[in-house]
Amino acid sequence: MDAKLASGGISSLENDGRATWARVEYPKIDFEDLHYYAAPKNTEGPKSLDEVDPELLETYKKLGIPLSEQEILAGVAPENRVAVDAVFDSVSVATTFKEELAKAGVIFCPISEAVREHPELVQKYLGSVVPVSDNFYATLNSAVFSDGSFVYVPPGVRCPMELSTYFRINEKNTGQFERTLIIADKGSYVSYLEGCTAPQRDENQLHAAVVELVALEDAEIKYSTVQNWYPGDSEGKGGIYNFVTKRGDCREKNSKISWTQVETGSAITWKYPSCILRGDNSQGEFYSIAISNGHQQIDSGTKMIHLGKNTASRIISKGISAGVSQNTYRGQVSAHRKASNARNFTQCDSLLIGDKCGAHTVPYIESKNSSAVFEHEATTSKISDDQMFYCQARGLDEEEAVALIVNGFVRDVIQQLPMEFAVEAQKLISISLEGSVG
Amino acid sequence: MNAPAKIQETKAEQSLNAQFDATLAQTTQDNANQRKQAWDAFKAKGIPHRRVEEWHYTDLRTKMTDAFALASKTSPKADALTGAGGLETYRIAIVNGRYVPELSSNQALAGLTVTEAEGFLAAQLGTDDAMAHLNQALVQGGITIKIDADATIEAPIEIVRYTDGTEVSSYAGTSVEIGSGAKALIIESFEGDAEAAYQSNALTEVKVGDKANIHWLKLQVESEKAQHIETLSIELGAETNFQHFIYNEGSALSRAQLFLEFKGEGTHAGLRGTCLLKDSQHADITLFVNHAVPECESREYYRAVVDDKARAVFQGKIIVEPGAQKTDGQMMIKSLLLSDTAEINAKPELEIFADDVQCAHGSTTGDIDEDLLFYLMARGIPEAQARKILVLAFLSEAIEEFEEERSVELLEAMTRKWLHADEMVSE
Amino acid sequence: MLEIKNLHAEVDGNKILRGIDLTVRPGEVHAIMGPNGSGKSTLSYVLAGKEDYEITEGSISYNGVDWSELGADERAAAGMFLAFQYPIEIPGVATMTFLKTALNAQRKARGEDEISTPDFMKLVREKSKELKVTPDMLKRPLNVGFSGGEKKRAEILQMSLLEPTLCVLDETDSGLDIDALRIVSEGVNQLRSPERSMIVITHYQRLLDHIVPDVVHVLSKGKIVKTGGKELALELEKNGYADYVDEEAA
Repeated sequence: MDAKLASGGISSLENDGRATWARVEYPKIDFEDLHYYAAPKNTEGPKSLDEVDPELLETYKKLGIPLSEQEILAGVAPENRVAVDAVFDSVSVATTFKEELAKAGVIFCPISEAVREHPELVQKYLGSVVPVSDNFYATLNSAVFSDGSFVYVPPGVRCPMELSTYFRINEKNTGQFERTLIIADKGSYVSYLEGCTAPQRDENQLHAAVVELVALEDAEIKYSTVQNWYPGDSEGKGGIYNFVTKRGDCREKNSKISWTQVETGSAITWKYPSCILRGDNSQGEFYSIAISNGHQQIDSGTKMIHLGKNTASRIISKGISAGVSQNTYRGQVSAHRKASNARNFTQCDSLLIGDKCGAHTVPYIESKNSSAVFEHEATTSKISDDQMFYCQARGLDEEEAVALIVNGFVRDVIQQLPMEFAVEAQKLISISLEGSVG
Repeated sequence: MNAPAKIQETKAEQSLNAQFDATLAQTTQDNANQRKQAWDAFKAKGIPHRRVEEWHYTDLRTKMTDAFALASKTSPKADALTGAGGLETYRIAIVNGRYVPELSSNQALAGLTVTEAEGFLAAQLGTDDAMAHLNQALVQGGITIKIDADATIEAPIEIVRYTDGTEVSSYAGTSVEIGSGAKALIIESFEGDAEAAYQSNALTEVKVGDKANIHWLKLQVESEKAQHIETLSIELGAETNFQHFIYNEGSALSRAQLFLEFKGEGTHAGLRGTCLLKDSQHADITLFVNHAVPECESREYYRAVVDDKARAVFQGKIIVEPGAQKTDGQMMIKSLLLSDTAEINAKPELEIFADDVQCAHGSTTGDIDEDLLFYLMARGIPEAQARKILVLAFLSEAIEEFEEERSVELLEAMTRKWLHADEMVSE
Repeated sequence: MLEIKNLHAEVDGNKILRGIDLTVRPGEVHAIMGPNGSGKSTLSYVLAGKEDYEITEGSISYNGVDWSELGADERAAAGMFLAFQYPIEIPGVATMTFLKTALNAQRKARGEDEISTPDFMKLVREKSKELKVTPDMLKRPLNVGFSGGEKKRAEILQMSLLEPTLCVLDETDSGLDIDALRIVSEGVNQLRSPERSMIVITHYQRLLDHIVPDVVHVLSKGKIVKTGGKELALELEKNGYADYVDEEAA
């Protein structure tokens, strides 16, 4: 959706770039006061993982993502290995498994390195999905982005392991503006995971990333996010402003892009991972769990643009609101004149916990082709007393019961996550709803 | 990235400036202040355009290239008015925004009072919409309809709104007050000189008491070149049943905006309608349903059949305010696109601030189901006829849910006529 | 007389029928049996003229008329009737209106007069009684809210009203209990006549206890692999389709 969805481009953004239509409220951001680029404190940059702040390693451990290759090799079966690129305060500090990936021809490196080593790929694809002027935050990102991850999977290659980038904002008053570019060449496949955290800070920090995906003929990209940025304290003070532009381009026929997101963190989230279904028979998917508690505000969803023939998209969104939070699904599905036989199915379910929060659903359905069939369903409900009683009668306490029921509510989406993240996501869901009942 | 540049006044806006000055010159001081207020509110926004979220799909600023001159007082022949067709009704005729007694029923009807409004109606709008404000600034006249408490009005109350003339504009204001326990059917038609280009802008404010039972049928059969804008603001008391239906067939451009607010508990409201569009018609139905109190039920079911280069827009927002527990709101928008140049835009929204609610919305768009078509053809029904049967069936489903026999019959007949399905489909 | 010659057909590019030869004379009842996925339902759709089912080779003709260019409605007017395996629900179309519209459309196509409303009502009343189709069912929209058994009975009611000369029953027994099966079969048997041909498609033998066929064909992987008398059905019941499926594989 970015800015375009509701209001036709940048002009819908006011001076400071906020959209007038998004259901989020926040004080004006002083961009002068923000450090666009913050290298990690250790200005030299860690030369190995031994030099990385133990606090960061601890975070990794908690997330269940091993950072050192030895550690990974010692404990995990080869097929479950994950190659990791760690980005702290916009700088890539460690990329694992590079050699093994190189053997398969897969390029996975910081984007700064890709600019030096693979300029032809970067020039060809960077900015080809999200133009510089797309929206305020994308423009800001284009102007100041410092680093991010780059992935190229050559024709016919199935990437031998999951790729992952782990983001962390450490510095106070920092904006993180990383940029990710993933290209899946003809007939290739890659699954990419993104994890985000930030420690507690009183002031708001800004995360304005841009992610571009390009899938060529018969290629498939699966992009999963578990976002657990700091949401602010119980008074709503501090927390990350998460304004991210994510867009995938199914550029050629039979390509497929699948977004899966578990959004539990950030004070304000404003993101709409989208698919441009350009190639005939291409497919786009969006699976989302968005949990808001405390004072969090989420305005998230997707945009499925059907341009090619026989294109199909599927949207499953599960929103859970608790505390005094506001949780909005906003999504656009459109079929252009030439998108014959386009298909979309959208299911948006909202669950409210408590009577002080809000759950909102704003779909934009636009069809210009009579053979396009779009179906949209949305429901809103609460956890029923009967369900709670049943669980409690079986010995679960209130929080356990809520966690159990909520996990059932989001199951369809959790199943889309790679194994490594599914378990973590379930844990996160339980943690983020702590204190929401009673 | 810059602040939006100050938008230049359009030709239509310039014409409106002159019309407002002329209107003001003829108005009494009391009314003048109210008109000025409304005018200022309009001027602050201007003619709505696509950057105004509520008007995103109907760029009136582009489509309303001029504001036609305010229509003068005329008295067309009685047979020019169609209204509710052959039904025996109590008729209230409004021509060019003004009440015309000689075209209206003149016998008294127990429980019903119709009064001609003096110029301006101080409607308590549930909206800050620019075009509603414009109506208040330029309103030519109107009526106040009062239905007494506990009155049961058997005959349909028929409000015929007629715009007489070409390249003219009419601004009608209506206030309807329905007492507790009252029961009535209101059939409101919007029409005008065939093939004339004109603009009609109506503003109606309806207040319904407790335990009333009201059916309200709107027939929008304006000329095919007309631009039609209607703002309907509805407030409902407790334990009331209010059923509204829009039959939308006429106008080159039409916009119906409904603002409904529940003021008392235990009330049911049904907002339904069908849009039948062809050529390059553009029809927009926009709803705001505010569940401000607990235990109310609303149904918003609309269906559109869109042919040729026509475009149907549906926007509906169900709002459940904090504390409005046990709200049950269901919205369903179904559209059939009959041509590859037709277009549908749907935006069914939920905005929910209470947890113990049942709310859902759904939307489907597509062509006639091939399996249904095959089934009918396999029984020997030719394709063209089978398609009509299926379109009629699609629309009938919405019509029948209105559950008011006289209206259902009238609507089905009008729908068949539009489809040219009179002879094609056996009874 | 129905003549199917070397019929090949595909759906969405998948070859399903791979050379079927079948002749059904007036008065004959042919059963077509076969395992799931053998092409039974496809054959019924190809006969009825469903759009996505493309004939790639061979021909279908009925009473000497080539059917390849005829639409589903024209075939119905020529006497074809398909009793659907899954009769579709059509909300908004009253069953009675539908029946009358269909009957008159066919009459019109054959150059006959339309039936009058009183005659039509009488006819429906008679026929529906035999098939235990209640007046309540007739008032509802077509097939909407009907149980599985009610849908199948309504199909046979349509068949008896429209009086086709070529009836294709696609798994009419599926989802029926013993009593419903008996009612439906009786309805079908009453329609057996020297002028009428029937093709009964089924997976199980039990329907054929009630509707006794003259000829039984076994369909496997889009071809008729064996033809015999009604005893062939009993044999299949005992031994299953394994022989035919394996044969095909070997």
